Amino acid sequence: MSAPASSRENVWDGARLFPPGASMSLDSYQGDGFYDEMFEADGTPRPRARLLAQRLESMPIGDLQRRQKAADRTLLNMGITFSVYGHSAGTEKVWPFDVIPRIVEAEDWRYIERGLRQRITALNLFIDDVYHDGKILRDGVVPRELVHNAACFLEPCAGLNPPNGVWCHIVGTDLVRNGDGRFYVLEDNLRCPSGVSYVIENREVMKRTFPQVFAGLRILPVEDYPERLLEMLQHVAPPTNGPPTVVVLTPGIYNSAYFEHSFLAQRMGVELVEGSDLVVHEGFVCMRTTSGLQRVDVIYRRIDDTFLDPRTFRPDSALGVPGLMDVYRAGRVALANAPGTGVADDKAVYAYVPQIVRYYLGEDIILENVPTHVCWDPKQCDHVIANIDQLVVKPTNESGGYGIMIGPKASAEERAQCVAAIRANPRNYIAQPMLALSRVPTIVEDHLEGRHVDLRPYILYGKELFVLPGGLTRVALRKGSLVVNSSQGGGSKDSWVLTE
Amino acid sequence: MLSRVANSIYWMSRYLERAENVARFIEVNVNLTLDLGEGPGEQWGPLVAITGDWDAFTKRYAQPTRDRVQRFLIFDLDNPNSIASCLRNARENARTTRESLPAEFWEELNKFYHIIRGTDPDSVSEQPHELLELIKNSRQLLLGIIDSSMSRGEAWHFAQMGQLLERADKTSRILDVKYFILLPSVSDIGSPLDLIQWSALLKSASAFQMYHRSRGRITPKQVVDFLVLDRHFPRSMRFCLNHAEASLSAITGVPVGSGQTPAEKQLSNLGSQFDFTYVDDIIEEGLHEFIDRFQTRLNLVDDAIFETFFAIRPLVGTAAAADHG
Repeated sequence: MSAPASSRENVWDGARLFPPGASMSLDSYQGDGFYDEMFEADGTPRPRARLLAQRLESMPIGDLQRRQKAADRTLLNMGITFSVYGHSAGTEKVWPFDVIPRIVEAEDWRYIERGLRQRITALNLFIDDVYHDGKILRDGVVPRELVHNAACFLEPCAGLNPPNGVWCHIVGTDLVRNGDGRFYVLEDNLRCPSGVSYVIENREVMKRTFPQVFAGLRILPVEDYPERLLEMLQHVAPPTNGPPTVVVLTPGIYNSAYFEHSFLAQRMGVELVEGSDLVVHEGFVCMRTTSGLQRVDVIYRRIDDTFLDPRTFRPDSALGVPGLMDVYRAGRVALANAPGTGVADDKAVYAYVPQIVRYYLGEDIILENVPTHVCWDPKQCDHVIANIDQLVVKPTNESGGYGIMIGPKASAEERAQCVAAIRANPRNYIAQPMLALSRVPTIVEDHLEGRHVDLRPYILYGKELFVLPGGLTRVALRKGSLVVNSSQGGGSKDSWVLTE
Repeated sequence: MLSRVANSIYWMSRYLERAENVARFIEVNVNLTLDLGEGPGEQWGPLVAITGDWDAFTKRYAQPTRDRVQRFLIFDLDNPNSIASCLRNARENARTTRESLPAEFWEELNKFYHIIRGTDPDSVSEQPHELLELIKNSRQLLLGIIDSSMSRGEAWHFAQMGQLLERADKTSRILDVKYFILLPSVSDIGSPLDLIQWSALLKSASAFQMYHRSRGRITPKQVVDFLVLDRHFPRSMRFCLNHAEASLSAITGVPVGSGQTPAEKQLSNLGSQFDFTYVDDIIEEGLHEFIDRFQTRLNLVDDAIFETFFAIRPLVGTAAAADHG
């Protein structure tokens, strides 16, 4: 890396001082032995990041920070905030955004896209099978007991036939790149994956506050996602006379993803409704409008399965619509995603995805799983307990990073608690080796440091599969942290997929 | 459109108009103070009186001084009609209806909100001009966005209706200032001091220039006629009612004057009353009494709009139980 000698002398030992007028230096950036998305192990920029690195180096000191501040202010003004649970209502936070983008090479992306297509095609066939004949269970490829006692397996969904046999219309698969430089799937997220609004807004904020870094690069666009989403939703509509009426169903303003619900409704130009705006009337779902009831054909619902209809699922749900499932069963309204998809999201079922792909498609899996021990199996459970200090233990039915125990970092007491919890309910836990998530340079005060990231691409499944190029790069902002979730000190970055 | 959304847009619009008008109220007084000189003659109590929040004020602040009144009207979040409260409420309503509003509108409203929230009350006590200017300008910007980028559909008409009804109410309150501000003695009626007060009133309604062009010299009767009954000035009470009625008719699709919903009946009733009112009638009844009656009638219109379009529905509790991070 070429950097002016003047700044080299000031490279840091605790606090870095720059001579006035100096340029940004990337010399002191430490790889620390992790796979870095921007630099090779020897510190030279990877081919995909060369132009970006040059640009960062040519920037006057302080300029990058100014860009970062401008981006923060833009986010606040745009009201891109999420509410934090456990705080008083109305507490909003801007989700931290770092202006150094994460770059994905065209070749890597082609591989990821192929892998996602394969995986989601197979998982969709799996869900359909599980709620019908259960061939895969009969053939013993996935244990029947494991599937049927998955918390997200919903008995009332048996025999349902969503249009075109598509259950998981919107998927947000979590990928990580491990120390070996390969991508792995961490979670499949087939229920209500959130975050796609940040993908679009992050790109917008980048263009507003840091336009010069785009010059000379060909980056695949993400702005057409809402259009594609609407197209997919209209495609799954039951037969209607005119164009189908699509709505987004939100739990309401206190939900942490409310911003996204409203963002997507706005960009698609459809109504954002709450459960109480909807009512079942004469066999159809209708919304209450200023001129009476109006029929709704497609509901992109952002509330959990069991809250959808208090008559079918949780009777205490005030978020859903009584009688909704009857209309759905009768084929008079479409739900995206279909209720019941969560069964393929169970982390113990996840362990069987390679077998699922082989069973339905006769292919080897392209995007591999992280090696996973299913505690439901007594042998694997013993192994997990014996190696608890080296493994990451996760509950099978949680998301958002809740309930995770990171063995190598946990205290003896935390480990003991975890072992007790596993013993009490082994079905509820899986364990994985600790991963060395790849890192991306991230602004820390006045310089760059490596921070761990993951990548969540978004996939739409309507008439065909569409994979949004890029996705959400979440970054663990705390030094050394591997947890990227927004609820636990994570932020995000713009993700660039380059074309050749 | 969704009843809930219509309701929120109507109220968002009312709150924004209210915030602007509170800024205008304060401006009248600041103007008066400048014209008449500071000192014991400064009257800040009337400002609180016309907002209708006198009791709430005296309970917490005791004597109305300049600093306290400004604090109460601009920043006090416990005063539901302060500018800060109005902006907070407008923003919350806009947030639940973002999909129906232009994106730039939300962004500007958000900026507006953060600026007021981030302003130190101590920094404006003596020099409120700059902040009041900023509030009015931010509001004008929002109006401009609505005007130039929102389709004239139902949502726009609900916003119009909210804005115009609120404005009619607030213009009536600006006029009412004159009732509460005391002249040193009865013989001062018609004196230069009296004229200065009427001018300040016109200025705070942005009516000074338009008044002069259409009415010439300032006389109390003409000022009342202009702010209550003028057909062309967009802040006059009659103009507001007529245009609110037009929006209502656009929403229901029924010509003005022939609608049968409670909202149409009430509004048409109030509007037609203005057609048969002359300024002499108002003076005879007493301006303050006339305004009082008008405000009561306006509340009935608001109730009728609620009954007609928003209806009463069970409230939904909070919702933490869904959607994955």
